[in-house]
Amino acid sequence: MSLLAVENLEVRFDTADGEVCAVNDVSFSVEPGETLGIVGESGSGKSQVFFAVMGLLAANGRARGKVRFRDTDLLGMPVSQLNTIRGAHLSMIFQDPMTSLNPYLRVSKQMTEVLVQHQHKSEQDARRIAIELLERVQIPEAARRFDQYPHEFSGGMRQRVMIAMALLCQPDLLIADEPTTALDVTVQAQILDLLAQLRDTLNTAIILISHDFGVVAGLCERVAVMYAGRIVETAPVREIFYRPQHPYTRGLLQSLPRLDADDHQELPTIPGQPPNLQSLGEGCAFSERCPLVQPHCLTDRPLLRQIAEDHSKACHRDLAA
Amino acid sequence: MNAPLLSVRDLKVHFPIRVGGVLQGRYKQLKAVDGVSFDLMPGETLGIVGESGCGKSTMGRAVLQLIKPTQGQVIWLGQDLAKLGAKQMRAKRQDMQIIFQDPLACLNPRITVGDIIAEPLRTFHPDMTSAEAKSRVQKLMQQVGLHPNMINRYPHEFSGGQCQRIGIARAMIVEPRLIVCDEPVSALDVSIQAQIINLLRDLQQRFQLSLIFISHDLSVVRHISHRIMVVYLGKVMEVADRDALYTHPRHPYTKALISAVPLPDPDQERAKQRIVLSGDLPSPLNPPPGCVFASRCPIRTELCATTPPVLEERSTDHHAACHHSE
Amino acid sequence: MTTVSQFEQTVPGGEIKGRSLWADAWARLRSNRAAVAGAIVLAIIGLASLFGPMLSPHDVGQVYRSYIKVPASTTAYPREAEIPDLLKTALRRSRADITSLDVDGDLVTLTLTAEREIDPRITRSVERNADFTNVQIIETSPDGLSLTMQMEVTRSYFLFGTDANGRDLLTRTLFGGRISLMIGLLATFVSLIIGVTYGATAGFIGGRVDSVMMRIVDVLYSIPFMFFVILLMVFFGRNIILMFVAVGAVEWLDMARIVRGQTLSIKRREFIEAAHACGVSTTAIIRRHIVPNTLGPVVVYMTLLVPKVILLESFLSFLGLGVQEPMTSWGVLISEGANNIVEAPWMLIFPATFLALTLFAFNFVGDGLRDALDPKDR
Repeated sequence: MSLLAVENLEVRFDTADGEVCAVNDVSFSVEPGETLGIVGESGSGKSQVFFAVMGLLAANGRARGKVRFRDTDLLGMPVSQLNTIRGAHLSMIFQDPMTSLNPYLRVSKQMTEVLVQHQHKSEQDARRIAIELLERVQIPEAARRFDQYPHEFSGGMRQRVMIAMALLCQPDLLIADEPTTALDVTVQAQILDLLAQLRDTLNTAIILISHDFGVVAGLCERVAVMYAGRIVETAPVREIFYRPQHPYTRGLLQSLPRLDADDHQELPTIPGQPPNLQSLGEGCAFSERCPLVQPHCLTDRPLLRQIAEDHSKACHRDLAA
Repeated sequence: MNAPLLSVRDLKVHFPIRVGGVLQGRYKQLKAVDGVSFDLMPGETLGIVGESGCGKSTMGRAVLQLIKPTQGQVIWLGQDLAKLGAKQMRAKRQDMQIIFQDPLACLNPRITVGDIIAEPLRTFHPDMTSAEAKSRVQKLMQQVGLHPNMINRYPHEFSGGQCQRIGIARAMIVEPRLIVCDEPVSALDVSIQAQIINLLRDLQQRFQLSLIFISHDLSVVRHISHRIMVVYLGKVMEVADRDALYTHPRHPYTKALISAVPLPDPDQERAKQRIVLSGDLPSPLNPPPGCVFASRCPIRTELCATTPPVLEERSTDHHAACHHSE
Repeated sequence: MTTVSQFEQTVPGGEIKGRSLWADAWARLRSNRAAVAGAIVLAIIGLASLFGPMLSPHDVGQVYRSYIKVPASTTAYPREAEIPDLLKTALRRSRADITSLDVDGDLVTLTLTAEREIDPRITRSVERNADFTNVQIIETSPDGLSLTMQMEVTRSYFLFGTDANGRDLLTRTLFGGRISLMIGLLATFVSLIIGVTYGATAGFIGGRVDSVMMRIVDVLYSIPFMFFVILLMVFFGRNIILMFVAVGAVEWLDMARIVRGQTLSIKRREFIEAAHACGVSTTAIIRRHIVPNTLGPVVVYMTLLVPKVILLESFLSFLGLGVQEPMTSWGVLISEGANNIVEAPWMLIFPATFLALTLFAFNFVGDGLRDALDPKDR
């Protein structure tokens, strides 16, 4: 059975300018120990999917569909019940670690609190476990730094603390929302190594949300590409990178400047802007930027369809491989 | 070869930072930029790469005299900018412009796009008629890929990529010879990044612009620059031609940086040997006494802890500051 | 095939008018019901205060000696039952008795008898009472001991009643509103001009100049306000100009601090740096880039400052330090009302209601403006 199965998820927001549909008809599943990458640009709805999963949507947002974690449906679950699952079996880390760490509480307090409350550990046990975890995420002198405040840690160290906190109750699934975007490349490399190592030793499933194809390429086994609130292509990582079948995925990959390329020609680009979610038409949301657009793309929205084993895309056209 | 457009010699920018308590407080020097020298040829792009806090943005602003350098010379066509008075410097700004990282924050939200782009015209050509200014603005908007009928819109009505185009148009309108690009694409979406990079290259070729391209993203810098300068804690670690720097990096920090960049290619990314640096950037208030990179360097020796290395030419036009590089 | 330029060209041909942040804020403000209601109330009170005293049949200073502290009523004074008493009072000295009295609408017919011959000049003593006009003797008995007069009663309405001196409270409340609002708006305007200039300058120049300028503000802050006002009164006597000076001198300090703080944060924004890089001069940067961006919080603070100043004025007037008779303000009226709260509660209720309504309305508008100008904070 899948660890997490999302079916036909839809997230809508009521805004002053009307209703915005941020996520539309999104379905995917994650197996235990698997690493799934979600790639998309800002506004593609990639983060909102998981805010909905975690019950963290903003007050004006509503989610519809099915989110099954093991065999419980998370959507519509009362908060008190949800709290027994999130944190314990399901954890999330964010782009900016400072937003999820309370700046006025010592790291020790923030970490042990979770253990004392969720798992009814004694204060001493909780301290021991927490320090062990900090060591595990390679915080030097963990025991000494344990009682410091978040601002005394550097950006990379804070992200490590966040990861340690997310791992406190040994979750089965870790959702990492752009965990390295705010970090420098050398620190990003450290954190990515750490995540890979944790997945291999603890068998934690990881969902990595990112806009960076490089980050996803190194860590993930399967990748879903999102555009304008929908999954447009999903496949194993090598398929996505070496045989992308959706014009958007293909366009994105081609438009990346490559560190290992020594030609300095003009980059191929995807023209235009990502669409405004409020004024999406009937057809394919990518149609107005698509090089392969045909008249029926403008009127007929393509649904996600299987084109090869374990490879699906939402596009009417068939691309030559 | 012809004369450089810009020569920077031993540029230093130090900020006094108050440390200690209320009573025993004293000032310490934060050495944001510490002895940087380089030349920039007309039509050339110099990439400046480094991690956050390495002083690369400060360097760009010090070149433009937006931050007063503590020491050193910024020689623009034979004239030292640091010695100019405020008024003379203001006149020089016509030739040197800047593009910012945050495309929306660098535009005044209260005035229209047309007024934003025309602002340099108003200061440098106060006698230009508004009709003429408008036609120039519209022509330029077309050139940077904005529809001219958007001239009366406000910045918040544009997307990030379009805002960056507005910022570029503002910098271009007085036909400068140098543009400092401070992380111009790092706030943009992937599909928009390539558009802006192409636009900058296109403008550069068309107008023989010199660019100082500051970024933390090695891939982007490699793509757009002719020469690349790697900066760490306010000091230059390595300067070389873009391809030489990538294929034969001589400084251990450059090697680590290059190996840390994730490649959008699963097989290569998984196969490659990554040099993972331990620890974080040291505080610029207490830089290591010897080589600034010594605390994280995989090949450090005792010499590195005590003696700062000098930036030396290792092969033609390839400089590195390391005691142990070949 | 389909390129970016083709898509962008689908935008209609003419220049598109942009929606400025102010226009956006205006639209948001208009959809805020409390703010709109507040603005309407303010407009009504403002117009009434401005034109009310002119339209009112009663002059502000006009004293109706016969109607001291009459309660608020929608029927006119004098009432029919009161006419005999009024006439009796008017004729007290004439030593004549009223034998018959007939009230027909506004027309009163009165017959007097006396032991001595009645002087026809008696009409004057009746007329001296402002309530009766057109007093005519229509019949005199041959012996002169009896006399019939006819007169018209002037009916006056006192919708809010009258005060302790018999002046119409409605007129006075509206007139007081005029003074209160004027002080509120003018003092706010004065503090706006001084505060914005001072704060923007201090914030923009920064460094030592900023420190010195803000320390001056701190020193001025530390002067006890009441003490300051009393000193002013002692030296220069009481007048309304002094009110402006006193209130304005204190209130610009807050404004200067707000604007300075705003300027400091805006100064660090990238578009200011961009302006520097474009060679824009310092004064133009302050005028074009900094001041317009500080105006949001300033406008909000202004709508909250106006009621504060009105309240301050009322407080000073309440203590007897403010507006002096025959001028009046809500503060003065409330002060008088408070003294007569037992026997004439309307003297307190009406001006206090106006003051409270105005304060509420200003606060609603201020809150609405804050939401409209800074939608992120919601």
